[in-house]
Formats: sequence, structure tokens, C-alpha cells
Amino acid sequence: MKYWKGIEELESAPEFMQSAFAEFMPVKESHASSDATSAPRRDFLKLMGFGVAAATLASCETPVRKAIPYLNKPEEIDPSISNFYASTYFTGADYNAVLVKTREGRPIKLEGNPESPINRGGLSARAQAAVLSLYDGGRLQHFAIKSGNEHQKAEVAAVDQAIRTKLAATTGRIAIVSPTIISPTTKKAIAEFATRYPNTTHVMYDAQSVTGLLQANNGIVPGYNFSRANIIVSLGADFLGTWISPVEYSRAYAMTRKINRDKRSMSRHYQFETAMTLSGSNADIRVAVKPSEMGAVALALYNAVTGAGGASSYKNDKLAQAAADLKANRGASLVVSGSNDPAVQSLVTAINQALGNLGTTVDLTAPSYVRQGDDARMAALVNDMNNGSVGAVIFYNANPVYNHPLAAKVKSGIAKVPLTISLNDRLDETGILCQYAAPDNHWLESWNDFEPKRGFLSLAQPTITPLFETRQAQESLLRWAGNNTTYYKYLRSNWRALTPTDAAWDKVVHDGVATGSALPPAPAMLHAALAPDAAAAQLQRPASSTGIELALYEKVGIGAAGCEANNPFLQELPDPVSKATWGNYVAVPRKMAVENKWKQNDVIKVSANGYSIELPVLIQPGQANGTVSIALGYGRTLAGKAGDKVGANAAPLAMINANGTMYNNVVTLTKTDATSPIAQTQTHHTIMDRKPVVQENTLAQYIKNPKEVTEYEKIATPDGLEKPNKVSLWQDYSYNNHHWGMAVDLNSCIGCGSCVIGCQTENNTAVVGKQEVINRREMHWMRIDRYYSSDHHKDEFETVGKVGTYAAMEDPSDNPQVIFQPMMCQQCNHAPCETVCPVLATTHSTEGLNQMTYNRCIGTRYCANNCPYKVRRFNWFSYYSNEKFETVNGHMFTDLGRMVLNPDVTVRARGVMEKCSFCIQRIQLGKLEAKKQKRRPVDGEIVSACAQSCPTEAIVFGDMRDPNSRLSQLLRREDGERAFHALDAINVQPNVTYLTKIRNAESEFFAKENA
Amino acid sequence: MNSIRLRSLPHLLLALLLTFAGAQQVAAQGASATADVKKEGVVPGATAAATPATVAAPAAGGGDAAAIAAGDALFKGNCAQCHAVNEQVVGPALAGISKRRPITWLIPWVKNSSKVVASGDEYAVALFNKFNKQQMPSFALSDKEITSIIAYVTSEEGKASTVATAGVTAGNAAATDGQEAGGAEAGAGKYVDILLIVLVVVLIVLVVTLVIIGNLMKDVLRGRKDLDGRDVEILEQRFDWGKLYRSPVLRGIVGVVFALVLLYEGVQSVMAVGLTQGYQPTQPIAFSHKLHAGEHQINCAYCHTSVYKSKSANIPSANICMNCHSQIKTESPEIKKIYRAIERKQPIQWVRIHNLPDLAYFNHSQHTQVAGLQCQTCHGPIQNMEVVYQYSALTMGWCINCHREMPLNTKDNKYYDNLVKLHDTKNAGAPFTVSSNGGTECSKCHY
Repeated sequence: MKYWKGIEELESAPEFMQSAFAEFMPVKESHASSDATSAPRRDFLKLMGFGVAAATLASCETPVRKAIPYLNKPEEIDPSISNFYASTYFTGADYNAVLVKTREGRPIKLEGNPESPINRGGLSARAQAAVLSLYDGGRLQHFAIKSGNEHQKAEVAAVDQAIRTKLAATTGRIAIVSPTIISPTTKKAIAEFATRYPNTTHVMYDAQSVTGLLQANNGIVPGYNFSRANIIVSLGADFLGTWISPVEYSRAYAMTRKINRDKRSMSRHYQFETAMTLSGSNADIRVAVKPSEMGAVALALYNAVTGAGGASSYKNDKLAQAAADLKANRGASLVVSGSNDPAVQSLVTAINQALGNLGTTVDLTAPSYVRQGDDARMAALVNDMNNGSVGAVIFYNANPVYNHPLAAKVKSGIAKVPLTISLNDRLDETGILCQYAAPDNHWLESWNDFEPKRGFLSLAQPTITPLFETRQAQESLLRWAGNNTTYYKYLRSNWRALTPTDAAWDKVVHDGVATGSALPPAPAMLHAALAPDAAAAQLQRPASSTGIELALYEKVGIGAAGCEANNPFLQELPDPVSKATWGNYVAVPRKMAVENKWKQNDVIKVSANGYSIELPVLIQPGQANGTVSIALGYGRTLAGKAGDKVGANAAPLAMINANGTMYNNVVTLTKTDATSPIAQTQTHHTIMDRKPVVQENTLAQYIKNPKEVTEYEKIATPDGLEKPNKVSLWQDYSYNNHHWGMAVDLNSCIGCGSCVIGCQTENNTAVVGKQEVINRREMHWMRIDRYYSSDHHKDEFETVGKVGTYAAMEDPSDNPQVIFQPMMCQQCNHAPCETVCPVLATTHSTEGLNQMTYNRCIGTRYCANNCPYKVRRFNWFSYYSNEKFETVNGHMFTDLGRMVLNPDVTVRARGVMEKCSFCIQRIQLGKLEAKKQKRRPVDGEIVSACAQSCPTEAIVFGDMRDPNSRLSQLLRREDGERAFHALDAINVQPNVTYLTKIRNAESEFFAKENA
Repeated sequence: MNSIRLRSLPHLLLALLLTFAGAQQVAAQGASATADVKKEGVVPGATAAATPATVAAPAAGGGDAAAIAAGDALFKGNCAQCHAVNEQVVGPALAGISKRRPITWLIPWVKNSSKVVASGDEYAVALFNKFNKQQMPSFALSDKEITSIIAYVTSEEGKASTVATAGVTAGNAAATDGQEAGGAEAGAGKYVDILLIVLVVVLIVLVVTLVIIGNLMKDVLRGRKDLDGRDVEILEQRFDWGKLYRSPVLRGIVGVVFALVLLYEGVQSVMAVGLTQGYQPTQPIAFSHKLHAGEHQINCAYCHTSVYKSKSANIPSANICMNCHSQIKTESPEIKKIYRAIERKQPIQWVRIHNLPDLAYFNHSQHTQVAGLQCQTCHGPIQNMEVVYQYSALTMGWCINCHREMPLNTKDNKYYDNLVKLHDTKNAGAPFTVSSNGGTECSKCHY
């Protein structure tokens, strides 16, 4: 008698026989792995036996290691002591004065320059990550001449000679194309070039242009002072994320949002926008509007504020409320707009004027210079290139073939220009088409000066000798103009007036910043400003609102120009709102997705201007109905290993009209059969009534009684309800020396992600790539959780039932309120992870830290399972040696890239757990410095990388044992008011304290709650 | 005697083991056999021995104790690289300096000697020429500081140079003592070995003699015909080796002993994997610490410039060698190697002796500047090393042991004031060791 389990066994099919006696079906890895991750157990035993023998044998020959000292040690360099140099980060969009931390002559981290009046020690995520781009292997490493389809390496002198000869013979126009240049000396060098070749024009264009704003203000971008505004109304300007000078604005904005018992007032922020941006998610009152309605909104606001103008088609209670608030705060309010339509911007200027904001929140005397691009000038150049009137074109860090909406015409134009030169740092989409490549130095290898705002200057100084055979672009231009001085000497002589003595110059180089002005006035705009009446008349024409509207926006990480695309830190930085990494997507409102039966990750084709791209759908709460949004800056093809073929290029979808580039258009969407997964780091959306995790309340409530804004959980004990920490299984630790702690003010945290990148550069955290993010194996030690509010609430339990209510709660509102919560290891005093580690790899220190010892960890992952905050990260792979990660984690792979690693922090191996250490290396260093000087550490001397990089000072790090520390004072003041611990009821007693978010609006969410 | 037998037993068996287990010889790169390695590198109290030596000095000199103490520190920090009190090193011996030159001449000289030489001062020019026109660097010291240095020099005058040597090496007194003791033991061991050899020879001679006597007796007895059957049986009796071989008791004992020895040696060898104590590679240049640090008493920090301020103790760059060797021993073939490196712009590739794994963070300044440890505490009698070797085990156990036993150097350090008070109120009597301040926690060294 024989039984069989199935027909395959009966027939003894070969496939069945193969697997019949295997205990486990072989697991098909989504990635082929060279790590031998799926070694069977018997092999493991064999290997282990062999391994022990091999280790014994191998140990007979310890490798000989060399100690190689300097031949002539520079006086200022001591091995293992960091030196800081002041410099400036500006790549055509985002300005930050920085301090460059160097070790043994290698820049390893950037920190904000506290001396800078612009960013005041804060740093954007982009600037944080910029140090990685220095060691980017994708940079062009030498001068090159194109022969055939290839660029051949060429001697600098040969390139110079050829270019000089050809320039001299050029009869047509010579154009230098660049993004905005704010360097007075660079402009002087360009002017000198233009003197040598008189028919030279310098054309600047911005990938995210503000031509409309420039026109409306006679060629300048006014300086905005958000810190003096009680009412802020933004019409589509993402001023906290990407608009003009986000770090400066965030800092000023946060000043108006910090509240305490003694200052119970804060600004009120209205945001009218299409896509859900960082600013929109921080707004007290957010209204979703279509791009085509923006003009009507501006007009309606203008009408309401001034009482003048004609009727607007746009009606909204919140707009009326905004207008009323503005009128009540004349001189202390601010209206900004992200629109590139000069008519809208003219009205905004008029509104600010009518409100008396000029001179208070709008400063025309200290305009910002960081956007000077003129769309019309660029469009004209593209036409000239195509009609053959341009004799030579030099691209200076400009990549219009990729990031200009008229990319196709730029491409055809370049083919018609007799002499094309690229100064770009790599053979990018534009550089590859040019005959000559004279790559520029990285800014960390260069001297330069900057004037981001009138009267505010800063310098960049080289912190490393050029890694490759490149030359600073300004020097190239000077050479071609026949000037053989070095750019340093040129810069120094240009600064002679401001710093006559060497001592004065040295001070500026040391401080990095100075005051004074050196920039010539910007050239007049091609179009003059519009009078408010004319603008109003223009906007009264009904906007065409047929079809689905597309809004193009810029991401906080990858800028619109795409020049940071090959920076894996930024590619893996989750978008603050959608939490998506590695690529762009079509953000659609839920309503549209439901109507069209689109699901998340379905690929749809977006077409406009005869151009189409295919991208996956992401359902974005808060997206205006009838609109979709796509981020610019993706879909590079020649950026480098990490940046190529990530997402799709949306720039050609923009609309070009007489006024310039409009970042919106009417598009047609067609569904394809494909799906493409979006790598999101957070897929649950709402806070689901989880008060214990994150708390918020209204300003009205706070003013009434600060003690009632936070809900403290109580637990039932025999003696009645008690605080959770009254009952504990564990003994308390006593901290004699230090007790490190952190406070995160959810009111100031805007979710920008600067801390995430700061942490990553400081702690050598690996980049894992899209697939591993999808597999939920991202390695970031800190994340920023984003929660949306839901329309549903507990009181529906009776009508819909508990399960039904919770199911409904999972869906965010159409226009949800958003809250950000930075989440890192909470360094619990009663840490659940510590008690479950079988090998004591995670233990508690006498300074309150939850220590993680990598060399002891055997990777059971019990700790991660037992962590209530899910902040532990497991190393699934050898990210530094597994070739599968070479494209995304290149900086740990090559000798070039490894120069960026922090030598004080171990690069973790495969199979160990890692997590936030509260930057223990910084703590240890700070303590040691204090001990050497025989004193206690001073408060503020020891800060974690996240606290250091926060532009809004939302994170306060310090010693809770020091009663005078900023942290202790803050915690004392906020105790029982806004201070709360996440998941207080489980009594793990975290050393991280959050402060309840306060909104200056009566939200529907709270109306229900408080009712 | 007992100990020697015990020690040699495993070695006998070690040879046996080699046949079975193969690669048992784990001591790396000529390191001596692990069983001989002294496990305790650190000698607590080494610093304690140093302190009285420095404290005693001013008392002997009799001058203003505070000024002399200050002068002592300043002298060691600034002058000791080139000057000794009682003998000529790079610069002249300083003994009697206050009698030779007036203080009004010395102060400008120390501050800027080239200026004094340039001014045409007779004595200065003569001195300059005498020392091969080698300039004394300028020192930004105050008048008071220079005076205190001179006070210190005066107080040290007349002490024989050997005394000075003892003073400098006082810090290593314990370490040196330990070594001497070790040497004494080695000496005693030698005699015991000879005695043992003699005894073995005597024993062998005895055994051979006895066997010969026995055989002779047997032959004599065999020659006699008057023996009865029983006597013949006794005479012809042979020892049954086979029986012994078949004995389960003996087999068991041998088996157990063999297994135990195998286990012991196995554990020992596994524990020694990666240990490089005693590692003494040949360096590209035969630099002698014995000559520089021992005989010339050049301060360690003169070459290892960052040992008091940074994590790394800094292998000196060639330009530091050139401070002296641009003038001294320029013809030596070893020094010429340095010249060649400089000419070719190729840094000297020293072989690194002390290798900590990357996962361990060690900071020199924490131990030198803050804890006030002597270099010799971990690096051994470096001033006696012709070629440097790894003196300490540099294992985690070695680190931890020291952290457990070593009292914290809290003296005059405001960082520790409150901690000492807290410690004293809680566990008065118990020493305030590094580990009682959290010095054995994981994250102090692993992050």
C-alpha cells in the first residue's frame, strides 16, 4: 500500500523529486546576494569547523601594518584632532554659511556657521549632504576634448590653447550660461572675460525660477523677515522647504512659533497651495487650491485687503479670515507667493504695501540675491542658439539640456553653436554635448565669495587640495581672457577695499562671514513690473480650468536643478510629507485615484507639450482636487551611478509663456499596465487617536491653561490612578556624573530632514537603496514620523463600531493637518531592549545612555522586537563591501568615498544591530576636552549632530544633571505643561522628552475632541 | 623547583600535541611562547612611585618650593628636549648657569637668543659658535617663568647624572623593578636547570649501573647449577609489558590526562589568537629609544607631539628628526635614510607595533593628560628598548583590569570635584577607581 501526498509524487515529476526531501524550499532572494545569506545549516557547520581551523592558522600571520607619518607635518594638523574651517555652500539655489570639519586634511562633515546672520548655525539637508559630493566618483576627473562621440582626456594647456584660438575667431555672440551667481568676484571675472570678448553675454536662469517675483519688484527679491510677522499668508510658496532661502526663513518662522508659559502667543500661518508641501504641512490653516485658481486667490485677497480692484471668482471663508487677520496686523504680517506669474506677484507686492509691511517684514533695502535668473533672457538665448546667431556658449555649472523646460530646443541649439564649452563638474546631459570640458573644482576645493543678501558677505576657502585634475571655473575664464593670476589673488585684490589689511582679510577668512556689499546691481528685467490695477485686470480673465492640472514642485532633498542627484544621502532622504525615497511620482488626491480606480504604485503616463513621462501614482492627502503634482530634479541620465534613472524628468512638462516658465500645466493622464513600487519609509498614515505617541492642542486652549494641553496617562494602582512611573519592576539608576537628555519641541520642528542627514554623515550610516527601503531595511538612525489627522473620531464607536471606526481612521482627511515627530533612540532608563539581549550587547551606562556594543552583538534582533519605538536598525548586509550596494553606497566602497567617513565611529558589519547613540563620540570628546582643561563641560558644548544641525533649534540636547543647562531649565518649565514622553504608560522612562505641538487655529479635529 | 616542573610538563606535552593537532604554534611573529608571557602589564602604583620623586626634589634644593615645582614642569615641557642640568645634550649643561650669567642676560636670551647673538654680545656669539651655530628657539615665557626654571636648575645642580636618570625613570621604578625581579628569577632558573641536568645525568648513570649489575648477577646465577625450579623461574621471569598495556585503569588514567592536556592547551591557544604581545618587528630605520629616551632623556612628547592633546600619539614626522639631525650624526647610514626619504618625498614607512582593533576607541590624551599616566605604564621600559616591542597584552581584559584597579586621577581637576565628594559619602574607604566612575562601560571604548 502506498500513499502519496499529491499527483506530483505519484508521477515522480522531476521538479518534485528535486525538492521532496529538502526541509526548506530555497528562498528566492529578490536580490541575488554575494553574502551567502542562504547557506544551509549543514554547510554552516562545515564552514564553522573549517573556520575555526582557518582562524587558528591565519592568526599565525597577523598582517603587518604600517604607520606612515607626515614627511613634514603641517603645524595646524594633529592626527585625530578635527579642524574647522569656515566656508560657504551655494549651488545656485540654497545658500548656507558652513563650518567644514576636517580630519587629517579631509572634509568629513559640514555644520552651520553660527556667525552667519543668514542661517545662524542652521543647515539645510542639502548642505548637510554636500560633503559627500566632494568624493563623488562621477565627477569628471580631467580636462577633455570631444572627438567623435567620446570625450578624450586632454592636457589643460591644450584645452586652453584650443579654446583661446576658437574664442578669438568667434564672430557671433558668446554666451555664458549659469544658474544664479551671487559671487561678486566671479561676476567680476565674467565681466573681465566679457571685456576681452566684447560680444559676451552672461545669461542666468534658475531651475525653479522666480522671474515673476523679480519683475514685480523691479529686479530684486525683497528680504523677508518672517520673525516679525504675526500673520503669514503664503500663496503656494514653500518657504520652509525650498523657496528662495528656506533655512533663513525657517529660523525666523520658528521664532514666531516658540511659546511658553510667559509668551502665550504665536504667529498664524495660512497656506494656499496645490501640492502638500513642507510649509503647507506646518500651516495652521491650509487650503488646497488649483494652480489655475492661484491668480483668483491673490486677487480676492487683494480685494479683501485693499477694498479695491474688481471681483474675484474665488470665494472661501478661510481667505476672508486671512484677510481679516492681515488687516488686524498691519505692519506685522507677510504675504508671499510662489507663483511665477508677474501679475500675481505684483498683487502680492501691492498687498504687502497696502498692509504697511514694507520696512518691517518686507525689506527692500536688503534684497536677496540668491535668485537672479531671467526666464525671458534664457528663452531668447535658446532661440538664438537655434537660429545660428550664437558663436560660442559656455555652460558654467548649468545643465539646461536636463533641467530647462525647453530641453529639446537647447539640445538642438547646442548642435548649431560652433564652440561649446562645459565647465560643469561632470559630463552631464549638457556637458556630453559640448566640445570641450574644463571641469570646475568642487566648492570645498575652491576660493570664492558670496553675497546672498545685500550687505551680507561670506567666503569659501579650500579645505582640501583638488582631488582631480580640475581647475576652478573662474580661473578658466580668466585664463581664456588672458589673465594669468590665480583666482585666490584675484579674489584677494577684489576684496582689497573691504579688507585693506591682511589681518582684516584673515579675520574674514576665519569667520567666514562679513558685512559690506560688493555686488553690482542686477541687470534690468526684460519685462517691467505691472501696476496693481493692470495685474488685477489680467487676473480677472477666467483661467482655463479644463482637464487635470499639473503642479511641478521642488523636493527638499533633491533640488529642482538636479545637480545633487548623484548624492545618495539626498536620494534616500525621505520626502518630509510623502516619506518617499529614491524617485519621483505622481501625487494624486484620493478622490481622483478612487474615480479612476488607480492604486498606489500603478504607473500612469503624464503628457503635455508633446512630451510624456511614466511614473507611479502616490495617493497624497491634501493634494488639491483635480490636480496632480510631480517633483522636478529626477530622471537624470548622466548624473552618476546613484542618480541615473531614478524617477523621470518632469521639467519639459512646464508651461512656457511670454512671462517665463510656469510650473503648472494641463496634462492628460493615461493608466498603463505597469506598476512600480514607491519606496516609502512610512506607510501608516494617521495618528489613529494615539495620544500617547504624539500630542497637539490649540493655542486657545494653551492661553486658557497651559497645564491642560497635554494629556498625561495614568495607570490604575491599588492606591488609585497614578503616574506610570510610580510602579516599576526595575530599580532606578542613579546618575552621579551626567544624565544626557534631549527635548524636541514639536512646535518648532518643521520636519525638514536636516537632522536626518546630519545624523547620517556624523555616524557613518549606510545608504541601502530603493529595494532595501521597500524591504524596510533603511538604516537611518533617526527618522521624522509624519502623521495626518483623520476625519473620524472615537465618538463614532457607537454608530460604526470600534473596528469600523479604526478602519476609517486609517485614512487621512482630504486636507489633513500634519504633525512631524523626530524619532530616534529614546535612551530609555528602563530600556526593554536591554533586558532581552542574550549577550549583553546593549547595556545601560552611568550617564543614562543605552549603549550598543557592536562587537558583542550576535544579531538575534530580540532588542529590535522589544523596542516600543522601533528605532533599532539591523545590518542585513555588508553595505561597505557587498557589490550590490556599490551604486547607492559608493562612499563606503572606494578609497575615494571612504575619505568622508567619520574616523571616530565604527563602520558596522553585517549581522549587528545599530541605533542612535546620542552621538556618544561627541559626548566623549566634549567630556575629555573639559577634563583636560580641569573643568566641568559647559552647557551647549556637547550637542548631538541632530541638535547641532536643526535650523529651528527644535532639538535641545544637554545634561539633565546640570540644573542650569538649557535642557534642565526647559524641562522644569514645561513639566506638567507641554512636556511628555512618547508612550509614557509603558513606563520605559525615555530620556527624550517631546513638547506638545500647539496650533494657532481651531481645528475641526480638536473641535470634536474638546467638545 | 615545583613550578618549573609544572611549567615544563605542558611543554613536553605540547610537543606531543603538535603531532596530533598540527597548528598549535600560535604565538605570532616571533612572539615568545604564550605561557611565558607576563599577563600583568600594568603595575598599579607606578605613578605613585613617580610622585614622591618630584615632590622630594624641591625639598632637597631648599629654595622656593613652589617656584621650583613650577620650574620643574616648565623645564620638562620646554627645555628638556635639548638641555640637561648636569650634562651636555644638544645644548650645554645648565648647572651653574645662574653663576655663569646674570639673570638680566638670561631672560632676553631665552626669549629670543638670535637677537642677543645679533646684538654682538661676546658671550652669546662664542656660545653660538661653540654649538655649531645651532640656534636656540625662542620661547614665549614670562620673566617669572624663566626665573622659576633657573630656580629649578639651581636646585638640581650637583646631583649626579645617575641620580637624574633615576629621577626621570622613577616613574618606571615599579616597572623596572618588576623586570629586575624577573631577571633574578631567570638567574635562579638557570642554576636550577643545571642542577636538574646533573640530577638527570646521575639518575641515568644510576639506572644504567643498576641494569648492568642486574645482568651481571643474572649471568652469575645462570652459571650456577644448584638452582631449583622455583629459583630458575624467578631468574627467567620477564616483565609482562602486555599486561600493563591491557590494564584498563592505566589506560583510563592516560586517556583522561591526555584529554585534559589537550583541552588545556587548546583553550590556551585559542585565547592567544590575535595576541601580539612581545611583537618586535624590524623597523626600516634602526631608531633606538634606548639612546634617545634613555640616555639622552629626550621627553617623549618632543617627538610624539600630540600625545598629550589627541587620540593619536603621533609617529614623528621627518622634520622633527631634522631639528637635531640636521647637525648631529649626519654621517650615520641610518640618519641618511631619513635624508633620502626627505629628498625623495617619500615618508618613512614604520611598522606599526601597537594595533588595536578598529572597534576599540583609545585616546592617548585621556590617559596622559587627564589620568597623568606615564608612557611606561603601558609601553613598558621604553627607555631601555633598543628596538621597541609590544610590552602589554593590549587585550580587553588587560584594559579592564587596569580600569578596575587604577584610582582616578582627580587631583586638582574640577571635573571630578563633585564626583569625589559623592563617592566619599557613599563608599568612603573604597578607592575611586576608573570603573567606579563608569570606566568599564561598553560605550566608553566601543562606538
